[in-house]
Amino acid sequence: MTLLDVREVSKKFGELVANDRVSFSVDPGAIVGLIGPNGAGKTTLFNCISGLFAPSSGRVVFDGADITGLPSHRIARLGAVRTFQVVRPLKDMSVFDNVLVGAFLRAPGSAQARATAEACVRMCRLEEFAGKPAGDLPIGCKKRLELARALAAGPKLLMLDEVMAGLTSTEVKGAVELLRRIRDTGVTLLVVEHIMEAIVPIADTLVVLDGGVKIAEGPPGQVTRDERVISAYLGAKFSRRLQARKEERPHA
Amino acid sequence: MRMHPPSAVQRKDLAWLALAVVLAVLPALPAVGGNSFRMHVLILILLFASMAQAWNIIGGYGGQVSFGHSVFFGIGAYGAGMAVVTYGGSPWPGILIGMLTAAVVAVLISYPCFKLSGHYFAIATFAIVEIFNRMFLVWYWVGGALGLDYPLLEEGLRNLMWYDSKTGYYYCALALFALVFGIVRFLERHRFGYYLRAVREGQETAESLGVNSTAVKLGAMALSAALSALCGAFFVQYNFRVDPPMVMSLDMSMKFVLVTILGGTGTLAGPLLGAAVLIPLQEYTRALWGGLGAGVDLIVFGMLIMVIVIKQPAGITGIVRDISRRFDRRPAAAKGGPSLDLA
Repeated sequence: MTLLDVREVSKKFGELVANDRVSFSVDPGAIVGLIGPNGAGKTTLFNCISGLFAPSSGRVVFDGADITGLPSHRIARLGAVRTFQVVRPLKDMSVFDNVLVGAFLRAPGSAQARATAEACVRMCRLEEFAGKPAGDLPIGCKKRLELARALAAGPKLLMLDEVMAGLTSTEVKGAVELLRRIRDTGVTLLVVEHIMEAIVPIADTLVVLDGGVKIAEGPPGQVTRDERVISAYLGAKFSRRLQARKEERPHA
Repeated sequence: MRMHPPSAVQRKDLAWLALAVVLAVLPALPAVGGNSFRMHVLILILLFASMAQAWNIIGGYGGQVSFGHSVFFGIGAYGAGMAVVTYGGSPWPGILIGMLTAAVVAVLISYPCFKLSGHYFAIATFAIVEIFNRMFLVWYWVGGALGLDYPLLEEGLRNLMWYDSKTGYYYCALALFALVFGIVRFLERHRFGYYLRAVREGQETAESLGVNSTAVKLGAMALSAALSALCGAFFVQYNFRVDPPMVMSLDMSMKFVLVTILGGTGTLAGPLLGAAVLIPLQEYTRALWGGLGAGVDLIVFGMLIMVIVIKQPAGITGIVRDISRRFDRRPAAAKGGPSLDLA
């Protein structure tokens, strides 16, 4: 039983093919990383899955239901919730109220929504900013806010679009730890990420896109050694470094 | 740490409750209750505060600036007016029909208009006022350009009319004010109010969190229109007559928008503060200069708006908040904690 099944999804903008017959699936409880160079079509694919765009062809099946071309609010209601790469705080609302908007999706009433929002704010370490307007946060906190808000919506599948970009290495470590904790609560994760040190240790599967086409899929150890992936994205030097690091700490 | 202490919520509600009590005993003071002109000004303040608050639901909280609200105000006025003049009955059924009609018209008009964003939505609503104004001017069934003139009927709540004293109207206006402000206060704290603000701040973000933005905007528009119609019905009962330029005009629409902007859009206190400044300005200049003074209030008001937009776009509520921050030495305020109680 797969939670998300992407079948032959293509997306064309005029003559430009941003995604060309991409297929992959996500099992429940897994962390799947979606990687690839800039312009590979990762965010476009995300937008096709989350309903921001309708795919030009192909199907997206989530939790047994065909969600191809559904409006994004319906997809979110079914339990697939995303964050945005370019952060989109609801600027004039407080951090807490931002998260509360997400929490209302599953909560039957205001009191439960407040409790959920409070837990998510705490989980993403935003307590000290809770009362501040979301527009005034520094970038790292805005990224955490994206995460807290999506988390509050109680997703089955959480789709994160580069939540770690622009963070310091200490912040990345914290974020990786947070993703593990989220997975442990039973949420499945589909993560677009550029920071290989962050995604390789936690991903169960990596899907690699290049030029809109899927060029590899498999466990990180295998994918990071794949010749095509190395030449398209990682580079030989980086691949060796990643392997060396893995041999030092095999269970990292 | 509690992020939203419930005591803050109660403090805000208590402040409003205290204000309602003060307003309720105001006519008992001879300086107010004995002066028909002062009562008139107070009634209009309450009416325009309620009307601006109705506009604020979609225009402030929802961020969809509409210049078409005089249409809904007018539909409500005609609902009551026709029930009394054309059908010779009590205004109440007409008020209900007017509110329902306004909500339906609002949804029908807004559905295509919401596909336009930003300025285009506002421009489209301008056109709608003109269309309705012309339509009612030539529509014989609703009285055309002559409008509807009220007959003399027995005074009291059943006919919603009083002649000698303004006390009855005052308490009706206060009830209207309490109803509209109560509804908005309720929305502010519940799911719909949060969704509405989320749609204003970022439609795609709201959608990504499961918010059906079209449904939220249409719902807010319908509620806003129905409450506008209720205010319009009160207006016609107070004036004993209605014709198209009196209610369905850009002047009227503009007043709802400007009162809210002056006070502070998207805040509970904004419409009341705005009305408390504009209405006395309007009525006292009219009393002072009569026909010669027509428009003087709008000149002053226009200048006030310019100053507000340049200096403090959050309106009077923003100014009050800045001042209270300056004087408030509590650490909570320094950290951007709970803001002004009334806002």
